[in-house]
Amino acid sequence: MSQAPSPLLEVRNLKKHFNTPKGLLRAVDDVSLTIEKGKTLGIVGESGCGKSTLGRAIIRLQDSTSGEIIFNGEDITHAGKKRQRWINENMQIIFQDPFSSLNPRQTLEETISEPILISKRFKSKAELLKETERLMDLVGLDRRLRRAYPHELDGGRRQRVGIARALSLKPQFIVCDEPVSALDVSIQAQVLNLLLDLQKAAGLTYMFITHDLSVVRHISNDICVMYLGQLVETSPSKELFKKPLHPYTKALLSAIPSIDIYHQRERIILKGELASPIDPKPGCRFASRCLHAREKCREPQRLVEVLPNHYVSCWRAEAL
Amino acid sequence: MPHNKSDAFLSVQGLAVEYSSSGEVIHAVNGVSFDLKKGGTLGLVGETGAGKTTIAKAIIGILPRPPANVSAGEIFMNGRDLLKVDNAQMRKVRGKEISMIFQDPMTALNPIMRVGEQIAEAIFRHEQVTKKQAEDKGKEMLEMVGISTERYREFPHQFSGGMKQRVVIAMALACNPSLILADEPTTALDVTIQAQVLDMIRSLKNKYGTSMLMITHDLGVVAEICDDVAVVYAGEIVESGSKEQIFTSPKHPYTVGLFKSLPDINSDMERLNPIDGLPPDPSNLPAGCSFGPRCPNFSPKCQDHIKLKDAGNGHFYRCW
Repeated sequence: MSQAPSPLLEVRNLKKHFNTPKGLLRAVDDVSLTIEKGKTLGIVGESGCGKSTLGRAIIRLQDSTSGEIIFNGEDITHAGKKRQRWINENMQIIFQDPFSSLNPRQTLEETISEPILISKRFKSKAELLKETERLMDLVGLDRRLRRAYPHELDGGRRQRVGIARALSLKPQFIVCDEPVSALDVSIQAQVLNLLLDLQKAAGLTYMFITHDLSVVRHISNDICVMYLGQLVETSPSKELFKKPLHPYTKALLSAIPSIDIYHQRERIILKGELASPIDPKPGCRFASRCLHAREKCREPQRLVEVLPNHYVSCWRAEAL
Repeated sequence: MPHNKSDAFLSVQGLAVEYSSSGEVIHAVNGVSFDLKKGGTLGLVGETGAGKTTIAKAIIGILPRPPANVSAGEIFMNGRDLLKVDNAQMRKVRGKEISMIFQDPMTALNPIMRVGEQIAEAIFRHEQVTKKQAEDKGKEMLEMVGISTERYREFPHQFSGGMKQRVVIAMALACNPSLILADEPTTALDVTIQAQVLDMIRSLKNKYGTSMLMITHDLGVVAEICDDVAVVYAGEIVESGSKEQIFTSPKHPYTVGLFKSLPDINSDMERLNPIDGLPPDPSNLPAGCSFGPRCPNFSPKCQDHIKLKDAGNGHFYRCW
């Protein structure tokens, strides 16, 4: 991607490989991206494309195989234990499943205040309680739920607890890993609005990981489309929807069921399924499912800037 | 919906189902009536806990009793009340005349039985065939859903999610049923795979003229595959009509709210318009309209019993 004026986060050639009995699994394979302060970058892709692994590697929940992660101008790829504390305070994550990401034996108060307790950022118990209540107000949780356990709450409220916990240390950067996928549409809209409000109020920077294209368009400034561990297209979000260039992006967009019953899009039905990320062949990884594949697609592809800030890794993109 | 026996293939009248646990009664389905035309597809739309799956389970007779109890209603299929059919008879109906596609293909298959045998089992049970003939038919079904017969002897864990759902669909169609209850058949799948599966369901349905009850929370799926729609809220049908009627002129505030809360892929609006609040507690439903507490147009009159209103041409809604 192009050099942004002040990127909060810059990822260069990040790789995360896993050794498996069947071979080397390339979950994230040479991904580069930048996110500016106060902006939202959407990462879109289907199950198994490596989008969650990418998010986890960036906030250093997992060590990466190679590459660089630069946060606030500092290379944090190999940060030590002490520095990791600082990273944890500044980079947080909201998980997909509000049912399994909360400790069932902790009350809301305990869950939300735990990061503050560990970071020793409080002077007295009263202050800790006040801060917990402030966070609960912030995410729209009723204060009287302080002593409730997760099983007493519905999915939307649980996700609000997850958001409050992520905000408790006033981070600059939050990875939102499918935060609304498990919620019903009417509740999903409530939580998305909350995330937008919080971003405006605190100048937060988001990396928004999702498989849902209609959600990502709504919340992101830029979007990266990921396929089998690699980015195949990155673009400002409005433009991506107006002018998708990569055949995979086109198929993905056409597959969304539309509620416009009179103007149904022409659907591109892809053959087959996601190939295995274990020892993939060189060349375009989408080629086996692509309707426009040619011999040359077996050669390695790279992201090329086709339009201003619009990158695509397909040599035929302009011809199609 | 008024009863019109002539063209209805399946007719549900005044169905009510309760679950009781430790003295508490949960009103899951409260007087639901609808008709399904022969060869037609009716979409049952609603959020988690609205009672959609309970309705389907009541039709096919697999409600766990206790705790479930059908407290009122009739379910006519081909003029016969399925609620009056005894267990032994019902066992012959299930899988043969009516079959169900479950939401989660990961748990709907027997993990220690070869997939082909799971398909052949249904055929062997219901048809007068030898084991060999059942196996041949099973292979035919696999091919029909786009899986190579070489995989007949594989186990479910060797299949991806989309493939497993194809197997589940093959099982459901194996005995050429006249009614399919599809309970969120594509919710667990990625969009490109969802497009493949919906496409397949549609063409198989057209080929065999099967009637289908499509349970979903996704209005996009409804737009794509259904002829008629019934919107379920807190165990009641709040609006029903043809797809065109519901999508172009929704009348009930809940239906209107559902459409508004969807992020629109074709527009650049910033904030979403969620429906405030949460669905009501089914053990303690509000008086009158159950959507009242969340409704933007609430007035005291909403606490009276609300009758169905006729908007013409088979379009009904429950709001005064």
